[in-house]
Amino acid sequence: MKPPTAGAAPPGFRHRYGASPLHLLLLLASFALACYAGLRLLEGDTLGVAVWFVGAALLHDLVLLPLYAVTDLAVQKLLGPRAGQGTRVPRAGVNHVRVPAFVSGVLLLVYWPLVLGQVGHYTISTGLPADVFLGRWLLITACLFAASGAVLAVRQWNAGRTARDHPSARASAARDDHPKE
Amino acid sequence: MNPVNPMDAKHSGPAAGPPRGPSRPEFWRSPLRGPWLTAVFGIVLLFGITVVFVTGLLSYAAYEPDLAAVNDQTPGKGWLGFYLFSWPTSPYWLYRVTQGVHVTLGVVLVPVLLAKLWSVIPKLFAWPPVRSAAQAAERISLLLLVGGAGFEFATGILNTQLHYIFPGSFYTLHFYGAWVFIGAFAVHVALRLGRAVRALRAGPRQPDPDSEEAAGLVSPRPAAPTISRRGALGMVGLGSLALLAVTAGQSVGGWFRRTALLAPHGQEPGSGPNGFQINKTAASVGIRPSDIGPAWRLTVRGGGRQIDLTHAQLLALPQHEALLPIACVEGWSTADQHWSGVRLADLAALVGLGTHPPQVLVQSVQRGGSFSSVVLSAGQVRDARSLLAVRVNGALLSPDHGHPARVIVPGAPGVHNTKWVTRLTFGEPV
Repeated sequence: MKPPTAGAAPPGFRHRYGASPLHLLLLLASFALACYAGLRLLEGDTLGVAVWFVGAALLHDLVLLPLYAVTDLAVQKLLGPRAGQGTRVPRAGVNHVRVPAFVSGVLLLVYWPLVLGQVGHYTISTGLPADVFLGRWLLITACLFAASGAVLAVRQWNAGRTARDHPSARASAARDDHPKE
Repeated sequence: MNPVNPMDAKHSGPAAGPPRGPSRPEFWRSPLRGPWLTAVFGIVLLFGITVVFVTGLLSYAAYEPDLAAVNDQTPGKGWLGFYLFSWPTSPYWLYRVTQGVHVTLGVVLVPVLLAKLWSVIPKLFAWPPVRSAAQAAERISLLLLVGGAGFEFATGILNTQLHYIFPGSFYTLHFYGAWVFIGAFAVHVALRLGRAVRALRAGPRQPDPDSEEAAGLVSPRPAAPTISRRGALGMVGLGSLALLAVTAGQSVGGWFRRTALLAPHGQEPGSGPNGFQINKTAASVGIRPSDIGPAWRLTVRGGGRQIDLTHAQLLALPQHEALLPIACVEGWSTADQHWSGVRLADLAALVGLGTHPPQVLVQSVQRGGSFSSVVLSAGQVRDARSLLAVRVNGALLSPDHGHPARVIVPGAPGVHNTKWVTRLTFGEPV
């Protein structure tokens, strides 16, 4: 779909507003609906709901993203080439940490109340034991890293074999995998 | 800083440009960010969130809020209930499927939502923050979009884990929050779908960072890649797959329940005829042994008449059977259980309302709290599978499953299958 064109609108409208009248109408309609529902949403604990809503908008962008981006950079530094090494060859090895950490992380992000034992009335409500979740999450995490390690080992073994069989392929094999330093 | 014409900001030198930090395009160095990647996540969310929204609306309708005040958690809904309809009893697995999809798909979309937010992060810090009235309005709309998405996902996911830390009643927050969100979602789709489709058609090749098609997402100073774009998509997909694997079993049931390793209802509460999932145990809602002991009576009212039945008298009435699941708003459900008890229509006949049984107000001995009473529609009462059950899978109901008697209605949300029933009032409230 092309951005809505100004159509019959006076040419000045687009200049002053910055988009077509259709853009404005769409937004106004959605704002009206948001106000209609929002007034009802904010009945009761107005401040609490507002904090949750704005907090939900900012949680990823201002809290989670800086946290995981900095962690990711730190892991890259740790696993990356030593400073001063000539070629800045990217290390696929980092993904063998990144992928299991990401999967384990999203599992925790969704299920942290049960994993961290935050739901005091879980057992009395459901008749189910509450103390299994932390252990399960830890074992899943262990399996994820172990599986990733197994894949890395197989890759390195394959790369090593390729390098022995075809010495000319050594350079490309080294690019694929984390070299022994 | 020199005042710059906003229109020229893009082309002006660094001295006149944004302050140091995330507002500078070169601050963001991932070589993956670009219109194609964002479009892939966006299209997945377009379909996924649409399904989650529609199944959410269906769940709201399944509670039959228009039928009676006791059913209505959101009496101020006004026009937001415009689409409400009488919830059918066939197919009997309807709510089990719609709500299982609602919750499971919502959980599975979490990594995609995070990835989408990651892919557009440079836009949050775009400089200047406000370029035109149109852009300012759009940024407010994006606050509603992202805040609404986070609010809905957070309240929903917390509610399935019984972690009621949100500021108010789940039904109110999740329902009105959905409507705040969906307007912004619709606008976002209307304004961005064309760009997304063009980006998908153009393929994964990165456009020039300054080009219009780059949409401010492509880094002008990309770092060396550490993962391919296909690899990043795979990682996000793996996150979704992992969530599906540890969640879906609580809705599929049977053998698959044991695969729901982190889901709230992934374990079996016991074995035997009553060994299936419990929403709220008798102890958790304050049911005392005396409430459901020999002194318990079932009162049936309607048409100006009233009769009281003991447990033995209820068991002596003609018993009928139905194979029906329990399906909770939290997304989990049980396989079909073999219920037996007295048809609701037969109980209406006891007070002379047998030919065209009306709706019924069902009341539990449960003291207060949400859903201790509910009104079932005439359509639900008239279904031959709608029972006041006294037995399940060949045994008397256990206290946790509603002994001495509970309602079971095909296709209804779990909480409408009231447990520990003590009074049935047929007809319109007086």
